[in-house]
Amino acid sequence: MSIKKIHKEQPETFKFNDKSMEAANKIVSNYPDGKQQSAVMALLYIAQRQNDNWIPLQAMKYIAKFLDMPYIKVYEVATFYSMYNLSPVGKYFFQVCTTTPCMLRGAYDLVKVCKNKISEKENVLSNDGKISWMEVECLGACVNAPMMQVNEDYYEDLNDKKLEEIIETINKNKIPKPGSYSGRINAEPVNNRKTLLGNKNA
Amino acid sequence: MLKDEDRIFQNLYNDSGADIESAKLRNDWSGTKEILEKGREWIINEVKSSELRGRGGAGFPTGLKWSFAPKEVGSRPHYLVINADESEPGTCKDRDILRFEPHKLIEGCLIASYAVNAHKCYIYIRGEYFNEGEKLQTAIDEAYKNNLIGKNALNSGWDLDIYIHYGAGAYICGEETALLESLEGKKGQPRLKPPFPALIGLYGCPTIINNVETVAAVPTILRRGAKWFSSLGRPKNTGTKIYCISGNVNNPCNVEEEMGVPLKELIENHAGGVVGGWDNLKAVIPGGSSMPMLPKEICDNMKMDFDACVENKTGLGTAGIVVINNDQDIIKCMARIARFYKHESCGQCTPCREGSGWMWRMLERMAAGEATPDEVDMLFDVTKQIEGHTICAFGEGSSWPVQGLIRHFKDEILERNKFDPVVKKQKNIPYLVDQHLLEKENA
Repeated sequence: MSIKKIHKEQPETFKFNDKSMEAANKIVSNYPDGKQQSAVMALLYIAQRQNDNWIPLQAMKYIAKFLDMPYIKVYEVATFYSMYNLSPVGKYFFQVCTTTPCMLRGAYDLVKVCKNKISEKENVLSNDGKISWMEVECLGACVNAPMMQVNEDYYEDLNDKKLEEIIETINKNKIPKPGSYSGRINAEPVNNRKTLLGNKNA
Repeated sequence: MLKDEDRIFQNLYNDSGADIESAKLRNDWSGTKEILEKGREWIINEVKSSELRGRGGAGFPTGLKWSFAPKEVGSRPHYLVINADESEPGTCKDRDILRFEPHKLIEGCLIASYAVNAHKCYIYIRGEYFNEGEKLQTAIDEAYKNNLIGKNALNSGWDLDIYIHYGAGAYICGEETALLESLEGKKGQPRLKPPFPALIGLYGCPTIINNVETVAAVPTILRRGAKWFSSLGRPKNTGTKIYCISGNVNNPCNVEEEMGVPLKELIENHAGGVVGGWDNLKAVIPGGSSMPMLPKEICDNMKMDFDACVENKTGLGTAGIVVINNDQDIIKCMARIARFYKHESCGQCTPCREGSGWMWRMLERMAAGEATPDEVDMLFDVTKQIEGHTICAFGEGSSWPVQGLIRHFKDEILERNKFDPVVKKQKNIPYLVDQHLLEKENA
C-alpha cells in the first residue's frame, strides 16, 4: 500500500526550479484554455521528482496557486492516486508486484529477500538509507512475472537470487540493468517461439 | 495456427525496431491519405462491417461507437481519448504496442479522430509505464516532424494534435468515465451514465474513448479490407487478438492469434504447456482477473472468443489468461485478487467500498480454514449484493472472480472450512451464545 501518511517534518517553502518550471509550462499548454486543472497530476509528479521522490504539503499549495485551483482539490488528487509519495522514500524505491499472476510465479520470495536485505517492514529505509521497498498491485507486466519497479524502470523475470544481485549492485553505487533477467527478449516465449519467425531471422 | 502475414502486430517482440523507418517497412503510414480521402462514412462503415469489437474488455462494436459521435461539430469541439491505462492483472498487451508499435497507434489515432471529427487526441497512459510513454512520445515527435500529424496532417487538410497524459497508479482510471475525470484533474471516480461520453464527455464535450489495441488495429483493417478481417474468427467475433498467457506455464508470453483459438492450443503450443503437464491444470482465468475462473473440464474444449466465453459463464475481457496449476492454493489466489480489488476500489459507492473489503477478509479466513461452512453461502450473497449495485462495472469485476471460485470450487472450500463455532457446542455459556443461533435450534 502506498505511503499516504503525511510526513511530520515538512519543508517551509517549495518552488519549482527552472527545469521543473519549463516542464510544467509545457504540460499546461497541452490542455485547452481554462482547463489548466488537467495538468495537476503531471505537476504533482514533477514536484515529486524535484523533491527526492516525495511531495510536501507546500508543493501542493504551490501547485494549487500555479493552476488557480483550490488547495483541497490538489490534496484530494495527491491522496487518491497511489504513485504520489507523501513521505520520503529511499533513493532507490523498490515496488514489488505481488498480485496473483506474479504471486503464482513466486513474488513472495522477492518480498522475503526485501525483508532480509532491506528492511523488515515496508516503507522503512534500509540501514544505509538508500533503499526502501513496498508491495504494490499489478504493474502490468504479467507475462514477465515476477517483477518489480525501481524508480521508473522495470526489472522482470526475477527470482530471489537475481534480486539479491540487484541489491548488491545498488549497494556498490551502480544502477543495475533494467529489463528481463532470464535472458529473453521482451515478452516473447523463451526458446519456444513459433510466430513471426520470418521477422526474427530477417 | 494463424499465418504470420495475417498478424497485425508484426513487431510484437521488437525484432525490427519501433522507429518510423522500420514502421514504414512494416507498411505503417502507407496509403493513409487515400483512406482519409474516402471519407468518414466509408471509414465508419468499413469498421462496422469488419465487426471489430473493442479490445479493452467490454467488447463493444467499435464502428457503432464511432457512429455515436455527432455528425456535425457544434459549439463544442470533439475529443478522441485513447485508453492506455492497462492495469488489469494478467494483461500486458498494450504495453508492447506502446513500446514496439507506436506508429500503428498514432496512425489509428489519425484515422479515428478524422472519423469522429476530433482535432485533439489524448492518450492516457498509466503512470507506471513511464518508459513506454517516453517511447511513444519519441514516435509522436517523429510523426510531427514528418507531417504525419499536426497541422494539415499528410496534406489531407485535417489538423490533429496528440498529447500524452500520465495516470498515477489507479486501476479505476481504466473505466472510461473515471479516466475522463482523471484527465480533467480530479479524483478518478466514475460518472453516472447516461449521459454517455459520446455526447457529454471530456470537459462536457463529445468524446470517443477507445482501447490502444482497438485503435492500433484499425489502419491494418482499412488497408487490407474489412473482408479480410471478418474472414478470421467467426461472425461477431472476428479478427485477431493479442493473448497474454501468464501464471503457471513454462513459457509465459504475449502472442497474437485468431479469435476463437482453442485455449488448450494457446497454452500448449505457444506458452509451452502447463507446469507439470496439462493434467496438472487446476483452473484458468480467461480474461484478466475480473473474469470468473474456469476449471480444467471446461478448459479442455474451450474456445477463446467473446461469445464462447459468455456461454461458459465467464468473459473474454482483455484476454489476459492466468493459468493456475495444482501446486497452488486456489483459495489463496482468489483472496489475493480480492485484496487487489479492495485496494483499488475508488470508494464512491458503498456496496463496492465496503463489500470488496468483506470479500477479502472472508476469503483470507477461508484460505486459512477458519471460516464456518455457512459462510460460503454468505460470501456468495455478499457478491450478489455488490454486483449491479454500483455506478461502474468495478462492482461486477470484483465480485465475479469470487463467484467463479464458489461456482467451481465450493467443495474444496467446504472441505477446508469445517470450523464449527464454539457457541453451538457449548450453548450453556449464555454470554458466548449468539442468540439467533440458539433460537433456531430451540424452536
